[in-house]
Amino acid sequence: MKIVVCIKQVPDTNEVKLDPVTNTLIREGVPSIINHDDKSGIEAALRLRDEAGGTVTVLCMGPPQADTALREALAMGCDEAILISGREFGGSDTWATAAIISAALKKIGYDVVITGRQAIDGDTAQVGPQIAETIGVPQVSYVEELRAEGEKLVVRRQFEDRRHIIEVKPPCLLTALSELAAPRYMHVGGIVDAYQKDIRILGFDDLKDDLNPDFIGLKGSPTNVVKSFTKQAKGAGTILADVGADEAVAAIIRKMEEKHII
Amino acid sequence: MSKDIYVVVEQRDGVIAKVGRELIGEATKLAADLGQKVYAVLIGDAVRDKAQSLIEYGADGVVCVQDPILKEYVTEPYAKALTAVIRDRDPEIVLYGATSIGRDLAPRVASRIHTGLTADCTKLDIDPESKLLLMTRPAFGGNIMATILCKVYRPQMATVRPGVMKQLERDASRKGEIEEFKVAFEPSDMNVVIREVIKEEHKKTDITEAKILVSGGRGIGTPDYFNTLRELADVLGGEVSSSRANVDAGWIEKDRQVGQTGKTVRPSLYLACGISGAIQHVAGMEGAECVIAINKNDTAPIFDVSDLGIVGDVKVIVPKLIEAAKKYKAANA
Ligand SMILES: Cc1cc2nc3c(=O)[nH]c(=O)nc-3n(C[C@H](O)[C@H](O)[C@H](O)COP(=O)(O)OP(=O)(O)OC[C@H]3O[C@@H](n4cnc5c(N)ncnc54)[C@H](O)[C@@H]3O)c2cc1C
Repeated sequence: MKIVVCIKQVPDTNEVKLDPVTNTLIREGVPSIINHDDKSGIEAALRLRDEAGGTVTVLCMGPPQADTALREALAMGCDEAILISGREFGGSDTWATAAIISAALKKIGYDVVITGRQAIDGDTAQVGPQIAETIGVPQVSYVEELRAEGEKLVVRRQFEDRRHIIEVKPPCLLTALSELAAPRYMHVGGIVDAYQKDIRILGFDDLKDDLNPDFIGLKGSPTNVVKSFTKQAKGAGTILADVGADEAVAAIIRKMEEKHII
Repeated sequence: MSKDIYVVVEQRDGVIAKVGRELIGEATKLAADLGQKVYAVLIGDAVRDKAQSLIEYGADGVVCVQDPILKEYVTEPYAKALTAVIRDRDPEIVLYGATSIGRDLAPRVASRIHTGLTADCTKLDIDPESKLLLMTRPAFGGNIMATILCKVYRPQMATVRPGVMKQLERDASRKGEIEEFKVAFEPSDMNVVIREVIKEEHKKTDITEAKILVSGGRGIGTPDYFNTLRELADVLGGEVSSSRANVDAGWIEKDRQVGQTGKTVRPSLYLACGISGAIQHVAGMEGAECVIAINKNDTAPIFDVSDLGIVGDVKVIVPKLIEAAKKYKAANA
């Protein structure tokens, strides 16, 4: 079984700060990490491989610096790493990103594709299902449990009010929740090995048979960001400091009365 | 030419999700700006009898796709049904709830018909000049907001978080057309097998539906203090919610979490107890009609979004508040 895990390198949004003067994101010095859901996907893929046999390929679209994310995945135990990188791909929205990754998947082949449910920088959860549609395989999203059963995969899929136990036959695509599998740590030997392995790079020319240049990148993307801004806080109301507890409680009751809440 | 706004209304076991009605409410405003109509798309097994209620909540018409294959949500049959409706009707805009179903279905359909999709919007407007849909959503963990356009492709599509938009008052006298739309399903459309459906036990009122939320942050100190907050919520007729800190600590279930990675709530009253007011938390509760915060740190950012802020100790204020609320209720019963 050839398992391909699609990962994204993201800024650690915990560390993202706003410049109080310009109100813009300060990106310098923000560490890059493998997106959490994707890392859970890597772990799930490794366990599936160890259980059912096969290989795990890790695939990342991004700038050359995304190399570090791929090395980390190799150090966790992935067999092969591929970086999709090229100027033509910059500015792609989810539709275009899915088109590019799908072209790479067609080139390298796959039985099971695993993506994270969503990335913490964009939070869209769209790329997984969009890849599944583009390569034409069934998808099961929000996967929280996964095992092989003969030719089939049996997965538990989460909804707000229920869970489905689903049987699906490869080729298929799954999107992983962080709960799916707690990622293992890299071991020292693994890190050394990871830096000795080659990372295969796929650029536009490698994928052009399956890619329409008019449908990728900033220009080819159906959606465009036209404006970004920081949120305006709603104006503060009354603040009571240095008042006794009874007085504070009376003020709360008055407020609730005024708003017809009590 | 593309026209009208279509709202994909979600149902589970024949029960309409509230977000569907909220989106119909929002769509009526956008439709007024465009001079167009609002249609609900209702997909499921034997769901037609639910269609009239959608008209009463503001839809001009309902397109119903019914088939036994649509009983439980599975991506492919639903994607096939919705794609057929979109290809036939050529809408200007299609809106979905940003639920685990909406966020699975919408991207699949967007890729199939090759159009743009914006996830998890918190604000929708029509640009007065271009008449394009302005889709605004948080990004970078709520640190920034981005406005997104889909200029060329149609329909313009967005998922919207539950609790963000407001449903209209029900008007039983409203009339509209209910159309049954036929889709020819084949057994192969069911490309996965559902072995089992495990429904969660009926929960306490979902926090997105609660009118009053008593919400606890790390400042409540111990997990069992949620019992005290629950007592207050019971007196006020509300529910208990939480910041993420306490959810991560395992003090309370994840479905009680308010915020960017939790739920968006817009209760009449949000009482924040020992919550600092991180931007990701505020993202989920700033739509509350009234916010009252109790925090011992007078510079806590929660005070910036509060109608009334009390600088003080939760452990001192809350027990007294329970007594005072009980007394008030008794006196005004
Ligand atoms: C990508 C991302 C997504 C996130 N999503 C969410 C989300 O959905 N929801 C969410 O809530 N957070 C979210 N967070 C986390 C958020 O940044 C904060 O860490 C979290 O909200 C803090 O929770 P808190 O206010 O309970 O705790 P703290 O920030 O620790 O605040 C505790 C507060 O209690 C006060 N306090 C202490 N003792 C008392 C007392 N006895 N009486 C009164 N006041 C007291 C303190 O002054 C302090 O202000 C997210 C973070 C990231 C990076």
